[in-house]
Amino acid sequence: MTEEIIIAGFGGQGVLSMGKIMAYSGVMQDMEVSWMPSYGPEMRGGTANVIVILSNERISSPIIRHFDTGIILNQQSLDKFEEAIKPGGVLIYDGNGITRHPVRKDIRIYRVDAAEEASRLKSPKTYNMIVLGGFLRIKPVLTLENVIKGLRKSLPERYHKLIPENEKSLLRGEEIIKEVKVN
Amino acid sequence: MERELRLMKGNEAVAEAAIRAGADGYFGYPITPQSEILEYLMEANPYTTTGMVVLQAESEIAAINMVYGGAGCGKKVMTSSSSPGISLKQEGITYMAGAELPCVVVNVVRGGPGLGTIQPSQSDYFQAVKGGGHGDYHLIVLAPASVQEMADFVGLGFDLAFKYRNPVMILSDGAIGQMMEKVWLSPQKERSKTVPGWATTGKPAGRERNIITSLELDPDRQEVFNRKLVVKYNEIRANEVRCEEFSCEDAEYLMVAYGTSARVCQKAVELARAQGIKAGLLRPITLFPFPSAPINKLAEKVRLILTVEMSAGQMIEDVLLSVSGKVPVYHYGRMGGVVPTPDEVVDCLKTKIIGG
Amino acid sequence: MKEITGMKEIIKPENLVYKKSELLTENIMHYCPGCGHSTTHRILAEVLEEEGLRHDAIGVSPVGCSVFLYNYIDIDWQEAAHGRAPAVATGIKRLMPEKFVFTYQGDGDLAAIGTSETIHSCNRGENIMIIFINNGIYGMTGGQMAPTTLPGMKSSTSPYGRDVSIMGNPLKMTDIVATLPGTYYVTRQSVHTPVNVRRTKRAIRKAVQYQKLNKGTCFIEIVSNCPSGWKMTPVQSNKWMEENMFPFYPLGDLKTPEEQPAN
Repeated sequence: MTEEIIIAGFGGQGVLSMGKIMAYSGVMQDMEVSWMPSYGPEMRGGTANVIVILSNERISSPIIRHFDTGIILNQQSLDKFEEAIKPGGVLIYDGNGITRHPVRKDIRIYRVDAAEEASRLKSPKTYNMIVLGGFLRIKPVLTLENVIKGLRKSLPERYHKLIPENEKSLLRGEEIIKEVKVN
Repeated sequence: MERELRLMKGNEAVAEAAIRAGADGYFGYPITPQSEILEYLMEANPYTTTGMVVLQAESEIAAINMVYGGAGCGKKVMTSSSSPGISLKQEGITYMAGAELPCVVVNVVRGGPGLGTIQPSQSDYFQAVKGGGHGDYHLIVLAPASVQEMADFVGLGFDLAFKYRNPVMILSDGAIGQMMEKVWLSPQKERSKTVPGWATTGKPAGRERNIITSLELDPDRQEVFNRKLVVKYNEIRANEVRCEEFSCEDAEYLMVAYGTSARVCQKAVELARAQGIKAGLLRPITLFPFPSAPINKLAEKVRLILTVEMSAGQMIEDVLLSVSGKVPVYHYGRMGGVVPTPDEVVDCLKTKIIGG
Repeated sequence: MKEITGMKEIIKPENLVYKKSELLTENIMHYCPGCGHSTTHRILAEVLEEEGLRHDAIGVSPVGCSVFLYNYIDIDWQEAAHGRAPAVATGIKRLMPEKFVFTYQGDGDLAAIGTSETIHSCNRGENIMIIFINNGIYGMTGGQMAPTTLPGMKSSTSPYGRDVSIMGNPLKMTDIVATLPGTYYVTRQSVHTPVNVRRTKRAIRKAVQYQKLNKGTCFIEIVSNCPSGWKMTPVQSNKWMEENMFPFYPLGDLKTPEEQPAN
């Protein structure tokens, strides 16, 4: 099993940390992992993206241009990465602020309105966990148990008290994600 | 103490490995994409645990000269930077080669020339392998292709640097520096309590004064020294070649690539084989000394060689020298911070080379 | 060698009034007659010996006329690239804090190509001694204009005199470093008369004491001459130095422990 994922959005949406939690969770699950971020000044307030590869085998190239799954959190990233998803792959996006929705018919498209949900839950910091919850529902490559372990590993100890809140958001994400049919 | 498994960036792995290798000092200056090395060390504050000194210098030039001073005292010292900063360090590096000082210099390469890009590149191959600064000298150059090797090569680098009294460069790139992978960290090594006999430690009674210098105005004596260096480099060539082969046993088409490009090519080999093309990969781990003999041997049985580099074609020159015209050698490269994909490499092999 | 009549009677321990420092090697110095380097080397060796530092001193020699300093004083040495001595000394002192570490640099080295290393080492308060020989000229490369060359002063690259409107002004590095919080003791001295030699020796001795107490950077400028570069006899050069260099680079302490700001 190899799952090649791109996560893309605005800096500050927790894109890189979501990827990090996935990578840590992969380690907890005894998988090979790689986490390759975009880096440099473009991240400061601009777009951020990270390639996460989870695999049962040694990972060859950490930098790839086609993905099994795209987790897309803003319009710019949708415009940039919709085409990068392999035919038959999965695109998960947050509809918040999206005016041009995905159009591809050869992939499965899911929408997780995490921004709206985070605001409803009054838990803006766990926005990315809602998204991750959605992903896990569609691609159960990581168990929830290992994700919690990964969270514990990647969060500094002083934030461990927030883990229950994060877990709640993960479960909420699993609930609210829904498939979108392109006509 | 057990080995420890962590998920780390390549840059962080270098920093942690330096502490664990028992390094005495690190001197650096921020530059993307390697600043995490200095940041990690500052946060880890190893002075309070192992006694390792960490200092942010005012420039790359100052940093390499602080390394010179520390190395001259026989200490395990290192610095790191990325391409433009490594250019600034070249003065210090050639002085260290001339004074035969051991040290580890990490170059997390980004694309050039000039300020260039901050994205990963392999365009500093010539600079690292052929000299970089002025004068006849070589660095020992190690090319990690994973976060694990970023960590492992720090300790190996120090060992080689002290064995040969020669600067060692770890030639990495932005991808390996920035990405996170699993890494097994070695147990903490104690800092050495002894220093080599040539080190300046304050001249005790009964020994000649030690002088760390690269200056010799008498041409005959300078030539004697140059010959001594040549002997040393030949010894390094004879003893320290390291490389790794993938699927080379029955390969008809051999790829040669190091670092990130080797990762790409490993995947390309798998893809090519899935399409019935018998491809193999030789990955140089040491770039100086270059694995000429293994490549020459493979050249006896393969139809052609494809070098894949994130440059306009630099390592290809060493491959050409290694094969002595036995087989055609082709180059596939991406530049400017673009990393080739495995598909591109296979496509190049299939259509442009085999088919063309 | 011909025996000089009566020598044996004179050379006796009880008649000894002065002897060469044991730290000075037998190598014959390569300096021009009348050059201040030789004198400075001598008093440096004397202080190192008198302060019991022969086994605990590590010096950093520069690029410039004094590049071969390591041939003359019998301690451990590192030879630095041009201008980089304070960075090299930083590396040494940080890793060998118990040793006495110093640099010895000329004006081109310290105040031109090494400006950055000088200022930042002093600003960090590196616990080192910097000896700065200022003769207003690049001696070794043949008398070119230095950052410290006086306005109107002739050199091989300012053959009509330094025109400050084109070539810029001389840099008073010692005044600059005196303003930095990292320096503890900053002084400007000379070695052209016995009394000045004694003062300079005292200054070096103070720097040794302060370094033992981890007080920060001690910076000693020695305004000196360059008879060859200035194209003068040694006597003329000393006179010229007094009349032209000292008014621009006045001798004396610029920063002393007594004047340190209160903590």
